[in-house]
Amino acid sequence: MKLDAHLVVRRERFTLDAELTVGAGEVVALLGPNGAGKTTALRAAAGLTRLDAGEVRLGGELLDGPGTWTPPERRPVGVVFQDYLLFPHLSALENVAFGLRCGGASRAEARRAASALLRRIGVGELADVKPRRLSGGQAQRVALARALAVDPRLLLLDEPLSALDAQTRPTVRSELRRHLAEFAGCALLVSHDPLDAMVLADRLVVIEDGTVVQSGTPAEVARRPRTPYVARLVGLNLLRGIADGHQVAVGHGTVVAAEPASGDVFVAFRPAAVAVYRGRPDGSPRNVWPGAVTGIEPYGDAYRVQVSGAVPVTADVSAAAVAELGLAGGQPVWVAVKAAEVEVYPA
Amino acid sequence: MSRHRSGAPAALLVPALIGLAFLVLPLLGLVIRAPWSRLGALLADPGVLTALRLSLITATVATALCVLFGVPLAWLLAQPGLPGRSLLRALVTVPLVLPPVVGGVALLLVLGRRGLLGGWLDRAFGVTLPFTPAAVVLAEAFVALPFLVLSVEGALRAADRRYEEAAATLGAGRWTVFRRVTLPLVAPGVLAGAVLAWARALGEFGATITFAGSFPGRTQTMPIAVYLALETNPEAAVALSLVLLAVSVVTLACLRDRWVTRV
Repeated sequence: MKLDAHLVVRRERFTLDAELTVGAGEVVALLGPNGAGKTTALRAAAGLTRLDAGEVRLGGELLDGPGTWTPPERRPVGVVFQDYLLFPHLSALENVAFGLRCGGASRAEARRAASALLRRIGVGELADVKPRRLSGGQAQRVALARALAVDPRLLLLDEPLSALDAQTRPTVRSELRRHLAEFAGCALLVSHDPLDAMVLADRLVVIEDGTVVQSGTPAEVARRPRTPYVARLVGLNLLRGIADGHQVAVGHGTVVAAEPASGDVFVAFRPAAVAVYRGRPDGSPRNVWPGAVTGIEPYGDAYRVQVSGAVPVTADVSAAAVAELGLAGGQPVWVAVKAAEVEVYPA
Repeated sequence: MSRHRSGAPAALLVPALIGLAFLVLPLLGLVIRAPWSRLGALLADPGVLTALRLSLITATVATALCVLFGVPLAWLLAQPGLPGRSLLRALVTVPLVLPPVVGGVALLLVLGRRGLLGGWLDRAFGVTLPFTPAAVVLAEAFVALPFLVLSVEGALRAADRRYEEAAATLGAGRWTVFRRVTLPLVAPGVLAGAVLAWARALGEFGATITFAGSFPGRTQTMPIAVYLALETNPEAAVALSLVLLAVSVVTLACLRDRWVTRV
C-alpha cells in the first residue's frame, strides 16, 4: 500500500504540479503558505478536483490518470475536512454510520460499528448529539471517526486543527498523533502551521506556488530550510551562497562556518545566535557585519530585530539589551555570529 | 439605534403609513363587515362546504405535484455550470408574472380537446382534461410551481455544497447524496416553498376558471365561489372570503414561526 501521485491542476493564475509519495503507515504533511496549492493537492487525491495531467496511484491501482478517473465515492479514501463538514441534520453516530451505510452495511451493523469507533476515538458519549452542539475538539474527533469508519487506505486531513482554539489544540493534536500512528494506511495532511505539521507527520513536504520546494523529516527541514518561507517558519536566518572551504560568499558579504563545504550552499543560523552591538565588537566571533536596524518587534519574551546590510540578518535580542543598546529603526549597528552556530549544507 | 428611531423623516414616514393602511384597511373592513352572527349557518351551506373541500383537495394535490417535479427542477437550475441557466430560470419565472387568465388560455390550447397534447390524449386514451377537477389541479400547479422552484433553488444555492463532497468521499453516489444530504439540508426551503405554493394554489382564480370552468362540486373552488356568490349572496361571499383570509393568515404564521425566521 502506497500512494504515488503526480498532481497537476491548472487554474487561470496558478498551476499545481507536485509529486507526492506516502508509504503505508506513513504520515506526510503538506506544509505551505495560504494559496500554495495544498488543499488543491488534497482534493485532487480525493477525486474532488480533476487532474489536468499526472496521475494518482494507490497501492498500484491507477485512480486518476490518462483515460482513467475514479470518482470520489469509489475511492478508498477518508477525508477530514477543514471545518469538518459534519452533516448538520445527523447525530454524531449517524454521521459516522453514513459511510458504512453507503458501503452496504445494514442499519444495525452500521450503528454498532459507528458506536464502537466513537468510543475508540474517545467520544462515545456524544453519539446522539447533533454537530451544532459539539465543541470544536469534539467535532474534530467525530470527523476523524467518520473518515476512519469507511476503513480507508488513504486518509486525507485538511488543516485538521486550524478550527480549534489555542486551549484545546495541544490535546487534540497529541490525540490525533496517536490515532495517526495507529492508522495502517497512508495519511496525508495539509497544514500551514509548522508545529502541527512537525508533531503529526513523519515527513514534511513543503509546497510553495504549486511546487514542492523541500521535503524531509521534520528535524531535517527545521535544521536545514531551503527557502525563505521555510526558514521563517522554523525561525532561522537563511542565506544562499558559494562555499569555498570555511568561507561562504553570500551577496555582498562572507560567512565563515566551522565545517568546510564547497559549491552552491545554504547557510542557516538561529536568530538567538546573533549578537548585536553599537560598535564593532572585539574578540572571537568570526562573522562580524555592519548594518542598520530596519525593524524591531516583540517576540516571546525578547525582541526580534531585523538588520539590513551586506548580510541581512534577523537577531533575537533581550528586552534589556534593546534598552541598553537604545535600538531604534535606522540605527547603525554591528552584528556577530559564531562560526560554530552556522549550518552549511548543499543547495 | 436611537438615531434610527428618532430620525425617520416625514417624507418617508407618511407614505409608509399610507401604504400600510392601504394594505391593512380592506382586510380590516372584511373582518368588521363580516356577518359574524350568521357565519356558522352561511358556512354550513352544502355548496360552501363542497367548494371548500374541493379547494383543499386540489390545492394539496397541486402542491404535491409541484414538490414532485419542482424539487428536481430546482436542483437542475442550481447545478453549477448548467448551460443556458438564465434562459431556463426565465422560463420557470414566466408563470409568476403572467396573468393567470393567459395561463388558463395557454393550458386550454395545449391540453384542451383540440389542443396539441389534449387532442392526442383524447384520441389515444379518451382522456379529456378541461373542465374537470384534474384541470383545476393542473391550473393551480401551473401558477404555483414557480414559487416552489424559486424557493427551493434559493435554498440549494445557499446550502453549502461541500457537504455533498463530504458525502461523496464517504462513498455516497449522486442519488444517495441528494436523498440523504442535499434534501435534508434544504428541507426548510422545500417546506417554505410548498406552503407558498399551496397558498397560491388555494387562491388561484383566473387560470382555473378559464381552463376548468366553475361547475359546482367539480371545478368550483373557493375563490370562484366567492366571486359568483358576490352577485347572488353577498353575505356568503364575505363569509367565504373570511375563510380564505384565515387560511392565509395561518399560512403566514406557519412560515414566519417555523421556517422563514429560522436560520
